[in-house]
Amino acid sequence: MEKVLFGDNQFFAVNHLSDEKSRAQSIRFKDDSSIIRVLDQTISLGINTFMCTTHDRIANICDHIRNNPENYKDYKIYPCMPYAHKYANAVTELGIVGTIKQYVPGNIFGTFAKGGLAYLNKDFIKLMELLVDAEMKMFAGISTPVIFIQNVLVDLILGLKMYDVFAAYDSYIRKKYNSEPGYITMNMPALLDALNSVGIENPVICSSINKIGFRMSGGKEIYEKYLNEKEFRPIAMQVLAAGALRPKEAMEYIGQFPKIESVLFGASTKAHIEETKNLIEINLEKRIFYS
Amino acid sequence: MIKGAITGLGKMGLSHAAIVGVHAKVDMVAVCDTSSLVLNAFNKFSKVNTYTDHQKMIDVEKPDFVVIATPTKFHFPMVKYALDNGVHVFCEKPFTLTAEEGKELTDLAVKNGLVNQIGFHNHFIGTFRELKRLLHENVLGELVHFSGEAYGPVVTKEKGSTWRSNSAEGGGCLYDYASHVINLIQEIIGRPEKIQGTLLKSIYSKGVEDAVFSLLKLKGGLSGTLLVNWSDETFRKMSTSITVQGKNGKIVCDATEIKIYLKKAVPSENLEKGWTIKYITDFAIPVDFYLRGEEYSAQIDHFVDCVEQSRQSEYNSFEQAMYTDSVIEMILEDAKK
Repeated sequence: MEKVLFGDNQFFAVNHLSDEKSRAQSIRFKDDSSIIRVLDQTISLGINTFMCTTHDRIANICDHIRNNPENYKDYKIYPCMPYAHKYANAVTELGIVGTIKQYVPGNIFGTFAKGGLAYLNKDFIKLMELLVDAEMKMFAGISTPVIFIQNVLVDLILGLKMYDVFAAYDSYIRKKYNSEPGYITMNMPALLDALNSVGIENPVICSSINKIGFRMSGGKEIYEKYLNEKEFRPIAMQVLAAGALRPKEAMEYIGQFPKIESVLFGASTKAHIEETKNLIEINLEKRIFYS
Repeated sequence: MIKGAITGLGKMGLSHAAIVGVHAKVDMVAVCDTSSLVLNAFNKFSKVNTYTDHQKMIDVEKPDFVVIATPTKFHFPMVKYALDNGVHVFCEKPFTLTAEEGKELTDLAVKNGLVNQIGFHNHFIGTFRELKRLLHENVLGELVHFSGEAYGPVVTKEKGSTWRSNSAEGGGCLYDYASHVINLIQEIIGRPEKIQGTLLKSIYSKGVEDAVFSLLKLKGGLSGTLLVNWSDETFRKMSTSITVQGKNGKIVCDATEIKIYLKKAVPSENLEKGWTIKYITDFAIPVDFYLRGEEYSAQIDHFVDCVEQSRQSEYNSFEQAMYTDSVIEMILEDAKK
């Protein structure tokens, strides 16, 4: 994985600090071309990985990438599925079965040739695979070396202790997509224990890691213990604690942990992206001298 | 270990099941729902016992508490059965379909000495707590106006119907969305006593309202507006805010930030003249497990602590939720005028 991963929150009006700012962002990135312009700027700065949700609008970005292969030769996308609000709003309105009917490709009764829902009842893993395929469709022909499940789903499965679902996801992503499965979570220590318990070793885990312990469930101390002692491939997100930390002190904190492989961040302007990228690289590279 | 169970495994119920499931002080013994699809998933992937009958689950498992997250019309009989059997209850909002039913359950819970809490989770968001504290410290001086607002993209197309599109079953924007705002106003600013000028507007739904606009008069005479619309897709998700104006300035508060404007500094609070903006990062309640927001875990943590210590919750009691239901009734009554 590259040290710097570019995220997509700013494009889709996600701002953990201000609802007002998030609305301003949704106006700024109304057109797909405004998103593409920022992605092209990141490429010019040497950032070649875009980590994004499977939001409907990402499909348009994927079309652009496929139509201009010469501009995106080494470009990689790390999909994060699903775009949870799509399903959450649907579950509120249609219920769980209604939502499955709406989002599983084709007619559910056609998909499972015989028995429809009765069959589905016995084969949740097949259902999971169908939903993964539906979400992955938009990335056809694009390099996706790591494929993530979003934290809402990871943490739901974790809380329900349905760890075998992780094992099934893990093997399906490796087998069908020849990619590394990744996990986004707000509960990193508990998730790592759960993954290890079903035989998933050295997993890619993306979680909040920041100096003030924001969204580090269970507290900063246990996160630091796991970062120092356990075997896994951490990606740090929310390193700026939604903007509460200055970039310099935020990245210096990240630089204490030799194990962190990458930092995920999002920004809207070229100057801001460049500044953050440089800070990440300086602090991650520094570790080599000291370790 | 405290024994917990969940009835109703929709969006909120599953979320509660995950939070209760990993809670250090709780052994989640059983879940109950009518969907075989959902129960089969629990049977296949987890170790909890599954039931399709709430009463049977209570009888057999004898849990210390139950979380009830079924459609609103089932709240009354299910909560009552739990209370009659000495089980502490956490119930989703809105509480019941009539304030009268709510009164009966409130009295029963008090009589049986059982912990009772409703899922008005906004009270576990640090910014709203800070707003309440600042108003209590009187930083705004005499209050002159307030506005409670919520917007979101729940119903953005004309289409099919579920229990949420039936007002008799507690569907509609008033019960689902506006109840949060009414409850916040009631607990942070004051209890509404009179309702005027209500507009219930259907935008895409048939039979129920998608927007609620009303004037509320609180105990003590302060008046303000309730502005709620769940058919506004310019919002990515539900966005709730409270604005309060006083003679010394204004506070605008939502789940992510609290913006304070003061005409005169308040040194005791370290607040300067003009704008001060504070963020949730300073106020978030620490939790051991996070799913969709600290507030969902924090409210269950609080409930479990109350059960463990056999004390009544100061947040979101049945009595408080019943009052919110009675304000909803006043709004419905006013809309008929």
